[in-house]
Amino acid sequence: MDRILQIGRYPARAVRKLGAIALFLLAMLQAMPYTLRRPRLVSAQVLNAGVLSLVIIMTSGFFVGMVVGLQGYDAFSRLRQEDLLGAAAALSLIKELGPVVTALLFAGRAGTALTAEIGLMRATDQLSAMEVMAIDPMGRIVAPRFLGGVISVPFLTAIFNSVGILGAYFVGVRLMGVDNGAFWAQMQEYVDAGDIHEGIIKSLVFGVAASLVAVFEGYTAERTAEGVGLATTRTVVITSVLVLILDYMITSFLL
Amino acid sequence: MPGAEPGPYLIEVDDLRFSTAGRRIFDGLTLRVARGTITAIMGPSGTGKTTLLRLITGQIRPESGSVRVDGREVARLDRAGLYELRRHMGMLFQNSALLTDDSVFDNVAFPLREHTRLPERLIRTVVLTKLQAVGLRGAARLMPAELSGGMARRVALARAMVLDPDLLLYDEPFSGLDPISMGMIMRLIKANNDILGVTSILVSHDVEEISQIADYCFVMSGGKVIGEGTPAELRRTDSPLIRQFMSGSADGPVPFHYPAPPYRDELLGGPR
Ligand SMILES: Nc1ncnc2c1ncn2[C@@H]1O[C@H](COP(=O)(O)OP(=O)(O)OP(=O)(O)O)[C@@H](O)[C@H]1O
Ligand SMILES: [Mg+2]
Repeated sequence: MDRILQIGRYPARAVRKLGAIALFLLAMLQAMPYTLRRPRLVSAQVLNAGVLSLVIIMTSGFFVGMVVGLQGYDAFSRLRQEDLLGAAAALSLIKELGPVVTALLFAGRAGTALTAEIGLMRATDQLSAMEVMAIDPMGRIVAPRFLGGVISVPFLTAIFNSVGILGAYFVGVRLMGVDNGAFWAQMQEYVDAGDIHEGIIKSLVFGVAASLVAVFEGYTAERTAEGVGLATTRTVVITSVLVLILDYMITSFLL
Repeated sequence: MPGAEPGPYLIEVDDLRFSTAGRRIFDGLTLRVARGTITAIMGPSGTGKTTLLRLITGQIRPESGSVRVDGREVARLDRAGLYELRRHMGMLFQNSALLTDDSVFDNVAFPLREHTRLPERLIRTVVLTKLQAVGLRGAARLMPAELSGGMARRVALARAMVLDPDLLLYDEPFSGLDPISMGMIMRLIKANNDILGVTSILVSHDVEEISQIADYCFVMSGGKVIGEGTPAELRRTDSPLIRQFMSGSADGPVPFHYPAPPYRDELLGGPR
């Protein structure tokens, strides 16, 4: 009986957290005018998140693309349809792998850094000091980092996709001997604007989710070294689960 | 501060009650801070001195009772009102709380850049003047991580003063300072008070230093004010509570220990 009650607490806690995140988002939106009047704060964070994640995004993109190339070649060669490899690789990257893997990598690399940074500022009273100086840390610290993430994730996704397609090309055309012209021609033939829109919508939603979780966890972290550590872990766990759930929801909605 | 009719007191705390994490910190605290004075708040570690400063600056709200600054009830102010009030306050945090991403110069310039439209040339002049006053003009280009604790404290002090506030709250400004910096900071606090007419609240354990510069003192313990008066009056008092605090003895009516089960029981593995 006790166990069952224990399990019952998880949804309750999840709902309470959702409420807290909603209130947090509201407070951040209220502080947005301050942030939007200082675009430099935001561009610095775009650069920061981008620089942090670029290498890992490109490396992962290339390897994911190569795997897609290999698996795709294996599958299509059984059907004697190797020429379709370019289209299949591009579709799976643009619609699924690009947005999802980029968001997961972003959470692990830039998201954790944001959480730790904001959590440490809270723990060392920097946020309180701003409050007392009559400057809202939501507008000054939190919102620029959130916007920086929201803006950079779609760009990182685009980079991931491009490098991934190169990876698939490398394996398919260069190593396995798929016809170069067919690879690109079939890609242009089958990938339409709707697929690209789906990818863009996903990367936008994931960017919002990953950035929101990261800044929320940092802002609400307990003011100790351990508290900041735990918050960092939560950022990765929550973002990962959230991105996968959202991915299913968006896909079922758009298809 | 503009706005209200100037009564004799800048800060009025009445019958304040506040608890955190299930522990009662204030239980009927009442105190007054007269305009233009240096008022010291003393009390053993953990009595809630920092918490009191957080209540005065509106970072937290009391459970009951009131905190008025310049006649305005802090807990009732909306966000704009609170920010307006805070523009006339400066606070030195116990742990300095410098912005770690900004240089010393930018830390001190921060309130100026946010709240004034001064040209950068003028900001430079003001910042260097304040840094000179705390003896750290030469450190303007350093980052907070490159400062010692005492240096960071002095930079934070320069930052707290940079907008020439009407009320300055100092949370343990002397801890961790060498005697020379200590003397310098004391003269600075006094000068702010004498020359600029700043009202100062000074949280400190250093009875000696407080006696030299404070106009009036409150001694807090157990969530209440247990004694008040000028430093000279406090030293002459016959109250054993105050005597204990002023002479720094662990045994006496003021508990030095955080509430705990009997020492003997705990050491002998008794009930926990
Ligand atoms: N964030 C918090 N969570 C839980 N308890 C807290 C918190 N902040 C302060 N306290 C408790 O409130 C009490 C008062 O703390 P406060 O920092 O105001 O003391 P203080 O008088 O400034 O002590 P010190 O002289 O050591 O700085 C302490 O007993 C502390 O345990
Ligand atoms: Mg304190």
